[in-house]
Amino acid sequence: MSEEEDIFRIVKDPKDHTDLPRTEITDCPSHLMNKTGSWRTLRPIVDKEKCIECGICWKFCPDVSIEVKEGEGAVVDYDFCKGCGICAKECPVDAIDMEKEADYV
Amino acid sequence: MSETRIVSGNFAAAYGAKLSRVEVVAAYPITPQTEVVEKIAELVADGEMDAEYIKVESEHSAMAACIAASNTGARAYTASSAHGLALMHEMLMWAAGARLPVVMTNINRAMGPPWSVWADHHDTLAQKGTGQMQFFCENNQEVLDSVIMAFKICEDEEIMLPAMVVEDAFILSHTKEPVEIYDQELVDDFLPPYDPDYKIDVDQPLGFGSLGMPDWYMDFRYKKAQAFEKTPEKIQEVNKEFKEVFGRDPGGLIEEYKTDGVDVLIVTMGSISSTSKDVIDELRDEGHNVGLARLRTFRPFPVEQFREITKGVNVVGVLDRNYTFGHGGDAAREIKDALYGHRDLILKDYIVGLGGRDLTPKILKKVMLDAISLQDKGLDKEIEWVDLRADRKKWRG
Repeated sequence: MSEEEDIFRIVKDPKDHTDLPRTEITDCPSHLMNKTGSWRTLRPIVDKEKCIECGICWKFCPDVSIEVKEGEGAVVDYDFCKGCGICAKECPVDAIDMEKEADYV
Repeated sequence: MSETRIVSGNFAAAYGAKLSRVEVVAAYPITPQTEVVEKIAELVADGEMDAEYIKVESEHSAMAACIAASNTGARAYTASSAHGLALMHEMLMWAAGARLPVVMTNINRAMGPPWSVWADHHDTLAQKGTGQMQFFCENNQEVLDSVIMAFKICEDEEIMLPAMVVEDAFILSHTKEPVEIYDQELVDDFLPPYDPDYKIDVDQPLGFGSLGMPDWYMDFRYKKAQAFEKTPEKIQEVNKEFKEVFGRDPGGLIEEYKTDGVDVLIVTMGSISSTSKDVIDELRDEGHNVGLARLRTFRPFPVEQFREITKGVNVVGVLDRNYTFGHGGDAAREIKDALYGHRDLILKDYIVGLGGRDLTPKILKKVMLDAISLQDKGLDKEIEWVDLRADRKKWRG
């Protein structure tokens, strides 16, 4: 089963209320249905050269939108990152810059 | 074997929960409801009731725990009163929005200040918009019956909504009456175990209560509104089935007492209905063409039934044991709403018995005679407060 099929196990491609379950019961992980990264006005940009893979940004990210991968450094999930900037503030080596989202869309 | 015991309204509620084989009870005590949860705690401790009893730190948490339990597929029950119910407000909405069939008992008690522990309906009616069905009981037997019926109505797959079974403080909660405690097997046949299609299951994880974006929220609410629209029919259906199995008719949406072809219709809710029926008998013996409608469900509000029952009626006198500041009694207002554009009649709202003020047959008779007198003299005022200290001569003289 593909990830997409798994997400919509309960409701596949709902069009109106007649397709919906009685309440907001969603397949896990339900957040994958709502890509809230579009709310972002600032975008964190990680400088891989500076990143020491300490994991502090991962720990502080309030939206679980950062993963630290060995050899790649901090990787931001832009589908869900809302651009709060906490990662940039907490980074001990200033490896993260907050840039205007408008420059990327 | 069914047996008749002399029990209070509080114990009737507890036995109703026991017979419903409630699996989770989360509750916080408050006068005059305390005995409901004390009795359940005792039944659980003695092994007479197989339920998880969760002690919580507030009524808000009590309903939150019931919501979680219900989400796992357990039958959940709680009880509260007045200020406790008010604290539960947010979670009452959550239970309804999450479409969970949690049933609770509320002991109708006046809201402070002035601080009061006595009967009136303001606490329950303040929750009328939360998405709970509301069943107003007239006597202790009906309390027990309604708890069992409420689970059956709430858990129907077309409904899946919570309900409050309510009874008047002290007048029912602490007054003992003969109540038939049914045979467990009979109740088991009537009320099968709760088994929802979607529930919290670690082997098949689902997301509950997630975000409803503006593009979808309204459609979910419409779905819930549609379910609520089915409740009047479902309540009557379950009422009929209950009557067949247990031989009792709690009255469905409205209990009609001698309403055929009446000129004057009196509307009551809760415990004053019994006394009022005696007064109706007395007035009818004296030649007055008057009958009584007991409003049993405030939510759903029996709109169609009120239109039907008021055919040919000249005067409707509504006894509201509540007062909504800014716009009078709740029942009178909703009846007017139901009749708008359908009936041309006189409707007067009597504000009665707030904070447990006694309603004797004598006072009730004066109220009804006042309603009868409106046929000739016309409506004198839309809302009248009954038995204020300033005009006791009028109501007690």
